[in-house]
Amino acid sequence: MQKLLRAFLRHPSGRIGLTIIALYLLAAVLGTLGLTPRDPLKLFAIDRLKPPSANYWFGTDLLGRDTFSRLMVGIKQSMIIAFSSVALATLFGTIIGLLAAWWGTLWDGILMRIMDVLLAFPAILLALLIIAIVGPGTGTSVAAIAIVYTPIFARVVRGPALSLKQRDFVDAARTFGSSQPYILSRHLLLNLVAPLAVQVTLALAWALLTEAGLSFLGLGTQPPTPSLGLMLAESKNLMTQAPWLMIFPALTIMLGILGFNLTGDALRDILDPRTQRREA
Amino acid sequence: MTPLLSVRDLRVGFGQNPAANEVVKGVSFDLAAGETLAIVGESGSGKSVTALSVNRLVDFGGGRITNGSIILQRSDGSTLDVAKAEEKVLRTIRGRDVGMIFQEPMTSLNPVHTVGAQIEEAFKLNRGLHGAEAERAALDVLDRVRIPDAKSRLAYYPHQLSGGMRQRVMIAMALASSPRLLIADEPTTALDVTVQAQIMALLAELRAETGMSMIFITHDIGLVAGIADRIMVMQHGLAVEQNTTDAVLDNPQHDYTKHLLNAVPHFTSGKAVRADGERAATSEPIIKVDDLVVRFPVKKGLFQPKGAIHAVDGVSFDLMPGETLAIVGESGSGKSTTARAILGLVEKHRGAIAAKPGRSRRPIQMVFQDPFASLNPRLNVEALMAEPAIANGQKLDDALRDRMRFLLDRVGLPADVLNRYPHQFSGGQRQRLCIARVLMLNPDVVVLDEAVSALDVSVQARVLDLLVDLQREFSLAYLFISHDMAVVERIAHRIAVMYAGQIVEIGEARSVLSDPQHSYTKRLISAVPAIERRRQHFAIDATQVPSLVRPAGYEPPPANWREAGQDHRVRIEEAK
Repeated sequence: MQKLLRAFLRHPSGRIGLTIIALYLLAAVLGTLGLTPRDPLKLFAIDRLKPPSANYWFGTDLLGRDTFSRLMVGIKQSMIIAFSSVALATLFGTIIGLLAAWWGTLWDGILMRIMDVLLAFPAILLALLIIAIVGPGTGTSVAAIAIVYTPIFARVVRGPALSLKQRDFVDAARTFGSSQPYILSRHLLLNLVAPLAVQVTLALAWALLTEAGLSFLGLGTQPPTPSLGLMLAESKNLMTQAPWLMIFPALTIMLGILGFNLTGDALRDILDPRTQRREA
Repeated sequence: MTPLLSVRDLRVGFGQNPAANEVVKGVSFDLAAGETLAIVGESGSGKSVTALSVNRLVDFGGGRITNGSIILQRSDGSTLDVAKAEEKVLRTIRGRDVGMIFQEPMTSLNPVHTVGAQIEEAFKLNRGLHGAEAERAALDVLDRVRIPDAKSRLAYYPHQLSGGMRQRVMIAMALASSPRLLIADEPTTALDVTVQAQIMALLAELRAETGMSMIFITHDIGLVAGIADRIMVMQHGLAVEQNTTDAVLDNPQHDYTKHLLNAVPHFTSGKAVRADGERAATSEPIIKVDDLVVRFPVKKGLFQPKGAIHAVDGVSFDLMPGETLAIVGESGSGKSTTARAILGLVEKHRGAIAAKPGRSRRPIQMVFQDPFASLNPRLNVEALMAEPAIANGQKLDDALRDRMRFLLDRVGLPADVLNRYPHQFSGGQRQRLCIARVLMLNPDVVVLDEAVSALDVSVQARVLDLLVDLQREFSLAYLFISHDMAVVERIAHRIAVMYAGQIVEIGEARSVLSDPQHSYTKRLISAVPAIERRRQHFAIDATQVPSLVRPAGYEPPPANWREAGQDHRVRIEEAK
């Protein structure tokens, strides 16, 4: 673990990405604990639409709420949805991909065709459909994003799992009489950690964006709970009068995605067995 | 007479700082026109890098020549220092003055072009021939490399040809420019023994016809005995010995050469078989295989009749406790499939495999060919060694760790390796690890599927000795699968020769090796390269293994056997 962290700090884009994510997590934790500079929901009627200043770092909105504090809570909201949806997608995608590869033939066909159908829809559209059926809310957002990204994980897992299944060490395990769960976890899954880890960081970036998109359309987090997409939506009519209302949430989303992407790139480089071997 | 090629104090390095990462550390040699030099060494000795420096292909692998000169006499009589030449000049040398054939003929041919087009391209580039002229030249050169039915083969794609045929095509392409020097980098390592013998004989004949020089790179000192004029032995980037072939083989000076010569399995036609392990008539076989048939279905199309590959067809044998039965054959002969069927890794179509209940729940264990692929790279030695025990209901406790340490020590690995990972071991050490691992369950039978084939010769010899020791100590029976007659001679009590999915000859090792009866066994034995037989001439025999794809419902005619002595049976060949 320490070795991994050191490798990250040596990698230029890993360093930047990890710093961004650390800051976001810090903001999310502070936001959860209520340690924001001001109450994100409290209205300061006299201080409406104030530009950024020493008092209000990122300005205030139409109702006089502090943008910086709202952003912190918004980040928390986005992070919760991104991490939980990706966790679900990873879990189900991995299970589906592994079983499809392991059982092969008929099961492989059935499971992967279902995944193909899901994959054929544009991500936002599929999420819209699910939310339209179930109704908006945090839980629905998580479920919708998880369903959208499950097929990607299933594919990422199935390919390498198919080739791992043919390897001699799996045959060797069979001759020892190792149980299927043992072979699946020790021989297949353990060798899939590297591609999965990369995929998880990249999926986090997409999930962040999808969540913002859903909230922007009013289908994700519901007001008055602050969320990045919602803040963007509210700002669009005031774009000329109060540009900070749009700039700061947009920058927050962009930086977050950049952070995850840079981390993902760094992770891919670090976990690449070719670079690993060079170090060893 | 000036030599064709004169290499002086060649140093080649790799990486950012080539001078510090030297792979070749000052090698000098001369090669006269028409002469053949064999460069012999184990993997990592710098033999390939030395040869690749001669046409500077080494540059593309990241190598830099840091010192020395490579003076090549060109066909127009001028000389050129290849070590300092410009890339533009080098391109005119590659192909025209220096031809090259590689180890793996599948990857060095372009799969999307026909072999005819690829040979013609060589003629176009190097001789400026076009159209019908190039085609005629391609046909002519395919004839020269003894490809039967050359005309129709021109339209074949590489995947339609066997490994030996592909290597012939590679040789044909190299010959297209009539090079004065041919570099052959392990050209037969990926091929079966009988095919290897054919290619070696072909190279020798072509050399006599064209008068070209050859640099022949190999790890097998026995192989070059018949073809080389001079031998250079390399170790750790240095040429430790170079002299005429006879001098090196009969009177080696350097310790490493002696070591290599000792390690080479000397095939002695059954004189060196093991004396122990007389078959007791009373004992009961530990495995009895009766009429084993394994078929893999071939799907042709929706409505076309299905066929099947008859990988194993009616194989029967038995294995006594403590005995080694070697199954010998070439790739595609069904020997590995037989082993896999015995372990239940492939489904059998028909037949019976009866195993006597043994000392543990899984009395049959297997060691695979490639020690790099048969160990999970993400698990450490402790987890790898524990797996068989855990699979059979034991717990990872101190008693189990003691057994691991005992077995690791027994196979010659230090006991403190439990926390290391497979990539920290060499190939030989990994194979020892695999052997220790299968012994964890205290098996009665160990199936060794080409278990020493992927190892360097000197390592191979030590692992074979280890196997013989372990067999006595743990009273194991081995099913030893190999293509290498010389290796088999050292370990087998009995031998079964497999050809096209069937056993064609089976019997006591000495009897089979010294007095082979079946024509295929004879061919296999005559193909074994041996230092002792280097002055014998082998005729080229281009017989191909018959296709094993049969239409649905096909059953082979029943086998007729005849006795060729006590415990020696031969399948009667059909008249052709």
